[in-house]
Amino acid sequence: MTDSSSDCTLEEEYVLYKNRPQWRDVTPIQQDDGPNPVVAIAYSEQFRDVYDYFRAVLRSGEKSERVLELTNDAAQLNPANYTVWQYRRDVLHHLNSNLTEELDYIGETIREHPKNYQVWHHRRVIVEWMKDASNELQFTDQVLSLDSKNYHAWQHRQWVVATFKLFDAELQYVNNLLVKDVRNNSAWNQRHFVIVHTTGFTPEIIQRELEFTASKIKDVVNNESAWNYLRGVLCHTESGNITSEDFILDFCQELYDMGCRSPYLLAFTIDICEEFLELGVSSEAYPIQKALQLCEDLAVEHDKIRKEYWKFISRKLSQNVSCKTDVNSSS
Amino acid sequence: MAKLLPENRRSYAEIESLKFDNEGQPTASSLEQEEVERSVLTQFDLFEKRAEVDEDCPLLLRQKHANVLKKSLTHLPQSFQCLDSSRPWLVYWALHSLALLEEQLEEEDYTKITGFLAKCQSPNGGFGGGPGQIPHLACTYAAVNALCTIGTKEAFNVINRESLVKFLWSVRQPDGSFIMHQNGEVDVRGAYCALSVSKLTNIYTPELFEGTAEWIVRCQSYEGGFSACPGMEAHGGYSFCGLAALFMLGKDHLCDMKAFMRWIVNRQMRLEGGFQGRTNKLVDACYSFWQGGAFIFLHNILYKENKSIVNSDRWLFNQEALQEYILICCQQPSGGLIDKPGKLRDVYHACYALSGLSVAQHTSLIKKYIVGSPSNLLAPIHPMYNITFDAAVKAMKYYENHPIPPSGTP
Repeated sequence: MTDSSSDCTLEEEYVLYKNRPQWRDVTPIQQDDGPNPVVAIAYSEQFRDVYDYFRAVLRSGEKSERVLELTNDAAQLNPANYTVWQYRRDVLHHLNSNLTEELDYIGETIREHPKNYQVWHHRRVIVEWMKDASNELQFTDQVLSLDSKNYHAWQHRQWVVATFKLFDAELQYVNNLLVKDVRNNSAWNQRHFVIVHTTGFTPEIIQRELEFTASKIKDVVNNESAWNYLRGVLCHTESGNITSEDFILDFCQELYDMGCRSPYLLAFTIDICEEFLELGVSSEAYPIQKALQLCEDLAVEHDKIRKEYWKFISRKLSQNVSCKTDVNSSS
Repeated sequence: MAKLLPENRRSYAEIESLKFDNEGQPTASSLEQEEVERSVLTQFDLFEKRAEVDEDCPLLLRQKHANVLKKSLTHLPQSFQCLDSSRPWLVYWALHSLALLEEQLEEEDYTKITGFLAKCQSPNGGFGGGPGQIPHLACTYAAVNALCTIGTKEAFNVINRESLVKFLWSVRQPDGSFIMHQNGEVDVRGAYCALSVSKLTNIYTPELFEGTAEWIVRCQSYEGGFSACPGMEAHGGYSFCGLAALFMLGKDHLCDMKAFMRWIVNRQMRLEGGFQGRTNKLVDACYSFWQGGAFIFLHNILYKENKSIVNSDRWLFNQEALQEYILICCQQPSGGLIDKPGKLRDVYHACYALSGLSVAQHTSLIKKYIVGSPSNLLAPIHPMYNITFDAAVKAMKYYENHPIPPSGTP
């Protein structure tokens, strides 16, 4: 949702466009809501005035310095007006304006409205035009330092990092964020993104990441972000199997034996048992009966809110077991 | 003696036992979570005391919500200036909410709204955020949904299907993704909005969506949910768009459904009962629909695959717990619905909390689970479009008789 904003305070020297001599040549155009307006907003006088003139220049196609200033006022009154931003870009392009100034300006606007689609998109286009992303890591860092999960900021950062190949310090950046808050899922996601686009998940990197993730899970066993990342790493192994790394099999076994009943551990254990069944591997530590028991434990004790799901998984596993038995007995 | 709880209803003591365990490692995420749990528990506590004397609760404040919504359709305060480019949305959120509540407006009101939406339609096709604004895919989706919710011939005829096709082609990208408007941003909302309006108004052609499914699949993150664009974090709103779009394209088999299922079932909060949008984020009533609605597709897909293991009476989430969260924690006593306790009401949250409530009440057109008063029952929705089921059927029937306009391929 768009964030709310109020009118900028009418400063003493603010003059409505209709009273500005330099705008006398333009005939303002009122909004045409039709004879029966609905969802009619009680616009302030300033809002109405600015947009009456904006409509006029949109129609005339005027692209000038004064129009640039007008779009500034219009965007400030409603930063979600994508028509204003689009027209502003047309004007900037036409005037061959100083884009460094524009970048500063949009930076200020983003800081005021960090959860708005249009302002981030505008910044992206300006950076594209400048072919210079030297401010972007610092800028997104500033926004993320106030809200470390701001989706727009991460999206912009990913685009910048990938487009301008700014990966050098990104893993370190992610590490710092995870030290601050190991539950920051956006940071985990960025970790995956960086590795995919740099080294890739080579066997060495997989090993490193598994160890890293396991240690984070040990610290906070109920951290779903880390468990999800663990799966994200394992799907890059040669077989793509979650059972492909003995280290993880032992790790889960150990946690369970120590009495850990985190629903994420139990869910992961069920998937290990299921995969062994599918692969036709008989495992002493991970028999399918264990998975069925865990589904029951999750449904009635450790993860009751997901009872329907666990009952479903249990039915699915039971069916898989009987399929396997049928195949074995008929062969 | 403690009252016997109805099926799947949780006592305060049980809910309280589910409090977050920070494992001795408090971080920003856990502190925020604990704060929300405290405010939610306060509401559940108050409710349990009230429930001892009032058999009818939790009660959906139908009339109060309807009054707030009706008022929002006419006049809005100055603080709505920041939504001046989302006016078709404001109309859709209120109209759809009222339709869920089965509240009728006067015929002339529908005519007025229809006339206003017509003013938002661009001569080049599609709808903008207000009269004179350039067309935008999300506003187009909202306007089409609002007009179909009205469901009169007059409303259906507002939509210029020929120019709408041209607009959709103009925002289609070579890789099958869609930008939101001319020179605008690309994300998975675009694909969903384009598909929704073209299916609903019978202008869909496979050529318009060539490559779209393959692009959407690239948005499935390692967590299993969908993100705004390839590489980003799985998110409730984008996941709904991604799965709904794949479903409409008949290409849901292209994504990893097991991973999707694992991700989405885990978005229901164990204590609050509502949904979060992303892993380790906070509950928000709007995800009652964005996540809850996606369960309908999931259910259908699993049923197609293997009907013998699907419980056709229930979605794969706790329907009672979601209803409790919405009814107990997200109703403003004076009317209107909110994100979470302590927040202010807005029409967006009314629309998506009520849509989610409807999903949680109806597993099918026959099987219903109604938490609280029987009067809480809402109209069922059509999950592809999120308009009422009846409105969707009527609209599709209407446009069925209109030929698909020539594609206008560039």
